[in-house]
Amino acid sequence: MATIAAPPAAVPQERQPTDWASRDMQARIAARYRAERNFRRMGAGALLVAAGFLAFLLFTIVRDGWTGFLRTEARVEVMFDAATLGVDPATVRGPDGQAVLARADYIALMNQAAEQLGPASDTLSDAAWLALRDRLMADPTLLGRTEVLWVPVRSGIDLLAKGKYDLDAPVESRGISDREVSDWRWLEGEGRLRTVFNQAFIGNADSTEPELAGIGGAALGSLFTLLVTILIAFPLGVLSAAWLEEFAPRGRLAEIIELSINNLAAVPSIIFGLLGLAFFLNYAGLPRSSPLVGGITLALMIMPVIVIASRVAIQAVPPSIRDAALGIGASPIQVVFQHVVPLALPGIMTGTIIGIARALGETAPLLLIGMRAFVTDTPQGIAAPATVLPMQVFLWSDDVQRGFVEKTSAAIIVLLIILIAMNSVAIYLRNRFERRW
Amino acid sequence: MMLLIALLLVIGLAGLAYLVARARAGRMIVAAGGKFGAVHSRPVYHGAYVAVLALAPALIVLAGWGIFGERVVVSQVMSALPAAQQPVDALDRAALMNEVRGLVAGDLPQAFNPLAPVLAPIYANAVSNGDMLAGALAVALLLGGGLWGYSRIRPDFRARTAVEAQVQAVLLLASVVAILTTFGIVLSLIFESIRFFGMVSPIEFLTGLQWSPQTALRADQVGASGSFGAVPLFWGTIFIGAIIAMLVAIPLGLLSAIYLTQYAAPSLRRWLKPVLELLAGVPTVVYGFFAALTIAPLVRQLAVALGMVNASADSALAAGLVMGIMIIPFVSSMADDALTAVPRAMRDGSLAMGATMSETVKKVMVPAALPGIVGGILLAVSRAIGETMIVVMAAGLAANLTANPFDSVTTVTTQIVALLTGDQEFDSPKTLSAFALGLVLFCMTLVLNIYALAVVKRYREAYD
Repeated sequence: MATIAAPPAAVPQERQPTDWASRDMQARIAARYRAERNFRRMGAGALLVAAGFLAFLLFTIVRDGWTGFLRTEARVEVMFDAATLGVDPATVRGPDGQAVLARADYIALMNQAAEQLGPASDTLSDAAWLALRDRLMADPTLLGRTEVLWVPVRSGIDLLAKGKYDLDAPVESRGISDREVSDWRWLEGEGRLRTVFNQAFIGNADSTEPELAGIGGAALGSLFTLLVTILIAFPLGVLSAAWLEEFAPRGRLAEIIELSINNLAAVPSIIFGLLGLAFFLNYAGLPRSSPLVGGITLALMIMPVIVIASRVAIQAVPPSIRDAALGIGASPIQVVFQHVVPLALPGIMTGTIIGIARALGETAPLLLIGMRAFVTDTPQGIAAPATVLPMQVFLWSDDVQRGFVEKTSAAIIVLLIILIAMNSVAIYLRNRFERRW
Repeated sequence: MMLLIALLLVIGLAGLAYLVARARAGRMIVAAGGKFGAVHSRPVYHGAYVAVLALAPALIVLAGWGIFGERVVVSQVMSALPAAQQPVDALDRAALMNEVRGLVAGDLPQAFNPLAPVLAPIYANAVSNGDMLAGALAVALLLGGGLWGYSRIRPDFRARTAVEAQVQAVLLLASVVAILTTFGIVLSLIFESIRFFGMVSPIEFLTGLQWSPQTALRADQVGASGSFGAVPLFWGTIFIGAIIAMLVAIPLGLLSAIYLTQYAAPSLRRWLKPVLELLAGVPTVVYGFFAALTIAPLVRQLAVALGMVNASADSALAAGLVMGIMIIPFVSSMADDALTAVPRAMRDGSLAMGATMSETVKKVMVPAALPGIVGGILLAVSRAIGETMIVVMAAGLAANLTANPFDSVTTVTTQIVALLTGDQEFDSPKTLSAFALGLVLFCMTLVLNIYALAVVKRYREAYD
């Protein structure tokens, strides 16, 4: 820099040339470089904050939620006593054996079996008797015999076994009674507890007891809802994209449709819920809380997403394809449905999957059409009351019972895995099939 | 159930019509000696033409009955009652009808209302008669349409042209759904809002400072009318969505976009962009859960540490912070587009003059991209004020008019959910006010979006 800064002295000048080597100038350059480095660090810092927040969120959810896939069971020896069950061994062997067994008094049997847990006899789940019923109905010859069974324990004991409580904290603030802690210590000492994969969480529907609640019902509800959504939104979206791109005459109508679609894409999702409530439920009298209404509402919500993605994909098909097809005598409809749409299909599918993923994660409009129903049974069809996965997350997050915290996080893990899988498929489709013309 | 059978029957018959018509066209070709051009259209087109003519009117009838049938049935059932016994308001009528439906479906062993068992057979009768009538009409239309179409099959009939016209009509109908949806939204919001403004004056709604919609059960109770001043709600919405969330999202989103477009190596950019997009893909209910369970206690501890005595558990700050993080990808992707659209010559020129990259960004790129960035921010604001789940789960229900971020405020969307998910009373101002709030929200986001898009568009034209 010093070489640049040394001008020939003989040339007269009005203004002294900058002396880059001077202390002032060097300090100024250093300051500018420092500002540059700081700015760059701020940019990297902003990205780090965003990525760090995402990592923190995922970490918290996985930390709280992975134990939701496990459940603690206690070992009890059960004597399948016909008298306690209130059944006659002779009728069990008869033709209606299963029906007789289904009506037997398992709760009494469970209470009797729980006696052997001594001080910890009331630590078993309220629905532990279901395990006895399932076992006996699967194998009626057990009647009159004794078998060792593992049955679920109450949520408090379950959480203790998973180490979710800080036992050093004072009783008032740790959220669990001394009684339960001593019960749990006794069971542990006797070696009567084990931790296994929680099948009930995957298969069951909602329940008031955390140890029995599952996402099976909500998952099925989501499936029904999304089926309705896809069946409505996909054809409507693709057809209107095709019309707008290929057939729409320039004019008022096309302009209004375009404006509507662009506006609908930006309308808050809760407004669609208001539409569903006012029109589909209150006006048309369609069944409340049902996947049918939920699916229609979500379909109207994601249709603009599909239309916009499909239009982009259709625009990307080069005009030469259309000209060539028209040139050998295809009609405009044939050009569109036999050439343009098939070629645009990867882009259309990508947009559709992204739209469906958005519908899967959506909660707000479904709240308004009553899909927050407490449904303890798996939904029977698209007109029956149901709930969906994100709604199950919302319902559980509202529950005061501590056992639901891990269930909520576990349900979120399932939801996120499905969403990531869907988005991965969309990215794969885009990379694998999308053609650059 | 009857309706489903009718639907399957209609579809089956239409399939049959397709096969019959196609076969007839096939025979015509054979009769013409298979000569090319003797029959204008391929047999498939003849078949499709007849099938569409048969199916379309029948489907319209069935769909119309499916949507509007229940109303007709209910009004028939009600007219069966003597005027003196008819339920006074919509709420009573809905409760009565629910019992009647329960009795008919067998879900309800015993009805509370003595009228219900009387009405149950009338209802069942009306439903089955209506289904029968709709089904018969659909089948009749199907036969009529099908036969008329069938009679038109002739060698010189341009079936393909006709089918293509039908397809065009279907395409147009699909496109019109978007208009219908927009109209449906606007009409249902306006219709219910007008009823609300019949009970509460719009001036009070838009300027009142008191929000307590709880109407009393008995009319003579104190404070029976409730008060519907929505200003605290508007303030809460703006405070959380447009102030706190934007204080987080604008700097972080803008700096991220600048780093990604100007500094990051292409390989790093390929990795970081999806991470940002992932932030946008996380369901809002997950953010809400995280805000309520993890961030809110931290914020509360901070407030206590700062010396606030009774810090709220559901602070505006917790909801706003998480919402801001959620909005980052929107801001950054819009800023990314705007920065990339700045002509490269401007950037290179500045760098060639000796400016550092940060000086180029601050003095050249950002000013040039400003309209695009501002448009993006406006879109993000519209997104934030319409966001529901985060505020439902993490912000409170107390309608406070406060600028203290550690205090609890409520938003328009939170109140809509709260008003419409409890025990609903039809026609009460409490329920209807949710639609008025929805109308305000719709208008706010609409204006923001139109303005933002106009800004972005004008700016794009300047450089194109």
